Amino acid sequence: MEIFQQLFTDYTLRMVAMGSATLGIVSGSLGTYAVLRGQSLLGDAISHAALPGIAIAFLLTGSKTPIVLMAGAAAAGWLATLLIMSVTQTTRIKYDSMLGITLSVFFGVGLVLLTFIQRRPEATQAGLDTFLFGQAAALVRQDVITMAALGGAALILMVIFWKELKLLSFDPEFGRTIGFPIRRLDILLTTLLVIAIVIGLQTVGVVLMSAMVVAPASAGRQWTDRLGVMVVISAALGAVAGVSGAVVSSTMRSMPTGPTIVLCMGVIVLISILLAPNRGIIWRRIRDRRNARRLRIEAVLMNLYALGLQHADPQHPHEEAVLDVMSSESGSAVPALNRLQEQGLVVRSGATQWSLTQKGLMLADRLRKERGG
Amino acid sequence: MMTQGQIEIQLITIVVAVACALPGTFLVLRKMAMMSDAISHAILPGIVIGFFLTHDLNSPILILAASVTGVLTVMLVEVLTKTRLFKEDAAIGLVFPILFSIGVVLIARFAGDVHLDTDAVLLGEPAFAPFDRFVIADRDLGPRSLYVMGAVGLLNALFIAGLYKELKLATFDAGLAAALGFAPMMIHYALMTLISITAVAAFDAVGAILVVALMIGPGATAYLLTDRLGWMLGISVLVGMASAISGFWLAHMLDASIAGAMATMVGFFFTGTYFLAPRHGVIAAMLRRRRNKWVFAEKMLTIHLLNHEGLAEAEQENRIAHLEEHLSWESAFARRIVKHAQDDDLVRRFDGYLELTEQGRDLARQTIVET
Repeated sequence: MEIFQQLFTDYTLRMVAMGSATLGIVSGSLGTYAVLRGQSLLGDAISHAALPGIAIAFLLTGSKTPIVLMAGAAAAGWLATLLIMSVTQTTRIKYDSMLGITLSVFFGVGLVLLTFIQRRPEATQAGLDTFLFGQAAALVRQDVITMAALGGAALILMVIFWKELKLLSFDPEFGRTIGFPIRRLDILLTTLLVIAIVIGLQTVGVVLMSAMVVAPASAGRQWTDRLGVMVVISAALGAVAGVSGAVVSSTMRSMPTGPTIVLCMGVIVLISILLAPNRGIIWRRIRDRRNARRLRIEAVLMNLYALGLQHADPQHPHEEAVLDVMSSESGSAVPALNRLQEQGLVVRSGATQWSLTQKGLMLADRLRKERGG
Repeated sequence: MMTQGQIEIQLITIVVAVACALPGTFLVLRKMAMMSDAISHAILPGIVIGFFLTHDLNSPILILAASVTGVLTVMLVEVLTKTRLFKEDAAIGLVFPILFSIGVVLIARFAGDVHLDTDAVLLGEPAFAPFDRFVIADRDLGPRSLYVMGAVGLLNALFIAGLYKELKLATFDAGLAAALGFAPMMIHYALMTLISITAVAAFDAVGAILVVALMIGPGATAYLLTDRLGWMLGISVLVGMASAISGFWLAHMLDASIAGAMATMVGFFFTGTYFLAPRHGVIAAMLRRRRNKWVFAEKMLTIHLLNHEGLAEAEQENRIAHLEEHLSWESAFARRIVKHAQDDDLVRRFDGYLELTEQGRDLARQTIVET
């Protein structure tokens, strides 16, 4: 419980937790669109591409103020996205190749610039390379306020253009037909994603930032089929991962914040894919098993029905052994017969013989018609 | 004069570039470019654990152990995609940052025991490679990483040469390959294994992220220049080598990271090709569109003239001034088209009246038949 107390009293921890939570909320919400639109890896390209922007912003202004560096990062990330869009539209180069080239070449240019800055005589680059992995512990109040302001603005825009962005994500062709400016909306949504990524660079760094876009939304997707609910759940999961990552990294020795947040996110994704109702793996297993059992029991009922059709009286009793043979691939018919008896569909007549009840006969008749027999 | 160190560094970067470009070409063609990004990050925990065991970044055991992590990543992505809970790109985007994070945490926690720097793993620096010598019986045979990368490059070249036909078929028509019994899945995994081995061997020189530039950039550049697989492999090897050498000197000039400069040069060659490639380049496409406009307009003109030729209204219809009305062309445009058509010897002009040449008539008839 001490840790909760610290969350309120320890300044550094509080800043890191608040910063990470803000980041989780913003990237969780906007990552939802990226994941739904099949652009999960665009975030990876944008965050890597931000590196030269940070270096150029520093070279131009000589300032290490977060807002200046963020502006540079955003400009570079945005440029990278436009390049990806236009090259894939004008040449035969495929989307995945263009993502790979953009992220690695921009990163390479950024690295050249960073080392160039570093090796100049007045080397004052300290702080720039923290953008590689982020340095959450260095977050101060002003940083958190900047993150919250930018992220909040992005979320407000998302809400204002809710209907349009939804249309863009699910049926852009239809949107174009009814006269929505789909291309401009695409650029708007990309811009929002760029903002979400840029505010996270200081905390988790360019390398791991893409996980903050993909993971919360991938986890959120499992719990719902509705866009609005998914945005809220993803944001919440992102925040949970952010705060728990911050707490874990501050209580355990040598746990860097960025990777710890990503690992927390990984745990949340794992829980989601296992436990989420309907889509979750465990749920699906249970449902499959239940269906298989129902089908097995119905098969025995239908066998008894088929045997009955050979006689003048469809409720004529039959030997258990015959039913056993007929359903031999799924083992003995007895457990199924017992279940059917409980449901009042069959009745035991004599020691080893079974017959359909009136109710069982009606059900079997209906099933046969449903299956087009 | 170049120093011996400079020559050795360039040799190493050239070998790295060639070793990456060969399997990378297939990633480009198979639309799996981002797999290289995923693998190059996900091998980090493998490298850390391998290093923990061997204390030697060039040890074959480490390379094998880390390559296994790479292949496991590919499998994990496939398993996740098969659950149908994620799209493939989301699965990739989930798996590699998590594995990479595990690697970073391992390094941070065992920092005292593992002399491995996260920055180095991420960024790589070929400038240090010549310090690690390959010495047999007191004889210095050169930098060790040159031999390691050389072996990996040779492995890649032999694999591609040996399975060229199978790779080609599995890449361009996986269905047919499966039908003919070539087991495209086996080829897929073999390729992924090579990518992993290459990424592990190269990370020390160029780092996890720039490996992607060397794998995808040359292949994509070659893809803009040719439609033949053999040529594509050749061109991408050349682009890789050119990036390595020019990158080295760019870094030398700026006193900056060699790996970063190599990636920058990959970007430079790709961008240049993007603009200038003869058939698939953006300028060629623009010119083609422009020319098509002229060709189309000329055809329109000849058909129009042919339609009215020899009829009573020809005197009225087949005049430049009338084109504006009938084909709704701007008058300047109409004049330029007529000029063009005259140059191409398709029409003759008497005052404002236009008459088809035999060649013009042929073009019109041919166009009508074609369309």
